[in-house]
Amino acid sequence: MTTIADPMGFLLFTKGPLFNIAIAIFALGLAARLAEILLLGRRPNFAEPRAGEWLPGLRTVVTRTLPDPGTFKRAPFNVLTGLIWHVGFLVALLLFIPHIELIKGLFGVSWPGLPNPFVDLVTAVTLVALAATLVHRLTHPVKKRLSTIEDYLIWAVTFLVVLTGYLAYNRLINPYPLALGLHILTAELFLILLPFTKLTHIFTVFIARWYNGASFGRRGVQS
Amino acid sequence: MSPIANPVVNPEATAFNLERGLAAFRAEIDGPVAAFFSSCVHCGICAQSCPFYLETGDPKYTPILKLEPLRLVWESEFTLWGKIKGALGLQQRVTDAMLAEWEELIYDSCSMCGRCSMVCPVGNDIQAMVRKSREGMVAAGHAPEGLAGAAVRAVKTGSPMGLQWKTLQVQIEHVQTSSGLTVPVDQAGVDYLVMLSSMEVINFPEYLEAITKIFDHAGVTWTLSTQCFEATNAGIQIGNKDIAALLVERVVDAAVTLGVKNVISPECGHAYTAIRWEGPNLIGRRYPFRVFHIIEVMDQLRAQGRITTAGKELDRLSLHDPCNLARKSGVIQQQRNLMDLVAEQFVELPEHGRFQWCCGAGGGVSSNERAEPLKLAAFKRKKAQIEAVEPERMVTMCATCRTQLEEGLEHFNMDIPVVGLTELIADHLVDKEEPT
Ligand code: HEM
Ligand code: SF4
Ligand code: SF4
Repeated sequence: MTTIADPMGFLLFTKGPLFNIAIAIFALGLAARLAEILLLGRRPNFAEPRAGEWLPGLRTVVTRTLPDPGTFKRAPFNVLTGLIWHVGFLVALLLFIPHIELIKGLFGVSWPGLPNPFVDLVTAVTLVALAATLVHRLTHPVKKRLSTIEDYLIWAVTFLVVLTGYLAYNRLINPYPLALGLHILTAELFLILLPFTKLTHIFTVFIARWYNGASFGRRGVQS
Repeated sequence: MSPIANPVVNPEATAFNLERGLAAFRAEIDGPVAAFFSSCVHCGICAQSCPFYLETGDPKYTPILKLEPLRLVWESEFTLWGKIKGALGLQQRVTDAMLAEWEELIYDSCSMCGRCSMVCPVGNDIQAMVRKSREGMVAAGHAPEGLAGAAVRAVKTGSPMGLQWKTLQVQIEHVQTSSGLTVPVDQAGVDYLVMLSSMEVINFPEYLEAITKIFDHAGVTWTLSTQCFEATNAGIQIGNKDIAALLVERVVDAAVTLGVKNVISPECGHAYTAIRWEGPNLIGRRYPFRVFHIIEVMDQLRAQGRITTAGKELDRLSLHDPCNLARKSGVIQQQRNLMDLVAEQFVELPEHGRFQWCCGAGGGVSSNERAEPLKLAAFKRKKAQIEAVEPERMVTMCATCRTQLEEGLEHFNMDIPVVGLTELIADHLVDKEEPT
């Protein structure tokens, strides 16, 4: 099968067998990762607590989304670009009407979406902010030092998912089935990589924040 | 393993080595560790919370990088992906050379202040994982000499500085002469067993006199114990559970022997977290008594109306929150209530309470002579905070912080004396009414 010769065949392949494979790898891989974490559990804690764990844990899950004022002052660019593109990505993923229809087809649940031109604008902003995070990663001494090939790979895949979506919607790649097929293909690549890379944070971040909040909360500190 | 078979304490025991180190790292990995490593997005924000990175500008001091050995053990042995990579020969392993290189990162450049744990956007409790990593480092034979020395002295003499009861006895007599009060020793059945830190006994003898006066004033029954007076725990600082548990057991034994209801940790942040939070888990059971920091006890007495003060300090005072007491133990409002009693002009440092900055000396950094330059570098954060509000004196409630503040301020030629909050309160007590 060649994509150029048979765009429709390519689209059907990405929507059919490849989609099923990607979803299966994603679901099984993620289940394995979550099990690896949760089955380890924690040792009993015999120290007299000052407060419970559940509430402070849940509070930290929410509050860590925004930084404390001091950290924001020290790393405004890092924090802002990160927030902007995450919000943009989530808006495009969850509030774009064709995405909602896909989810409805798969799971039977749906919710109202946003007008297409608005999502289009958000997507453009997301692309710019994502490009800015890459520049930051390539230039900031700490980020440069921390970064591995995986960080750049994940950046590229995330960027491509958004970019192909943008190009397809604006009919900048022709024919359309090819454009849509490329978007679905990159999204599948994203799903396949998710359980085996730092993309896992999309799910584990809630567990990590809860453990942090619980541990500090027990000692009477809202973390 | 009993401390007798522990090579830190006994040179004849089988030496620690890489294999034992890896086993110790492995034993520390739990659900939170797995969740934290799974979630790190390499955003680098944690560096912005660490005084050792900020004041040196060297990215190798980025908090999450300090955990690379622990992370590698987790990845290779606790994840399916790591095991597959291992089978293909693609998984990096922890080596002895790596641990030798990491010794500076895990000990010299981390005061376990916990600020990174408050700031990481995905919620990684990095400080807790540094504590865990130290267990592996000790077992692999890669702990700094200064800390090993303190641990040996703590096990053999009961004090990390080799201080003996004889010395304390002299100080007790001194306090009794100058205050006209009795310092109770080995009194069974009293409300509080008071623990001390050697650093405090040596550097700040005012403390013992201050609590003697405060407890007399408030009508509190208390005692010291000849069986055990040291509250600090060198086993926790170096990162060895056997030694740490042995030192905690000594405190528990002393408290049980005297049948006290409460144990008071001195003006020392580390001693407090050691006995309050880690202790019961080290010995694997609940205590038959409660544990308080002296600041908590004084604030309780204040709230009960058992402390009456007169007059206030008139100069501009600011407060350094010890990391162990504030961020890591939730004692934040208490010291402010007490400051209100005695300070006319109190100014907060720009970031305080749970977001305070470390003095740079905690987590064993001050017992590790080699780390001296880093300790001074990290202090520059505190210095900048102090310069921002220009107090005439600093107040704190931890002997290690206080020593570091005094030395650091002197080094930078800043004429700002440092006082302990307990003494400040003692200075303002009104005389008890004589019974008529
Ligand atoms: C579909 C959803 C998500 C995707 C595709 C995604 C992807 C990514 C990627 C690729 C990065 C690295 C950025 C870089 O290279 O600098 C990142 C960073 C981050 N993610 Fe996510 N993430 C998602 C959801 C979440 C959620 C739900 C949270 C938290 C509740 C979260 C929190 C973070 C944080 C705090 C960072 C670091 C900040 C930064 O460097 O920008 N992410 N994410
Ligand atoms: S702040 Fe947290 S997520 Fe970011 S690099 Fe540090 S540990 Fe990783
Ligand atoms: S605990 Fe404090 S000193 Fe240690 S890495 Fe975190 S911020 Fe730095």
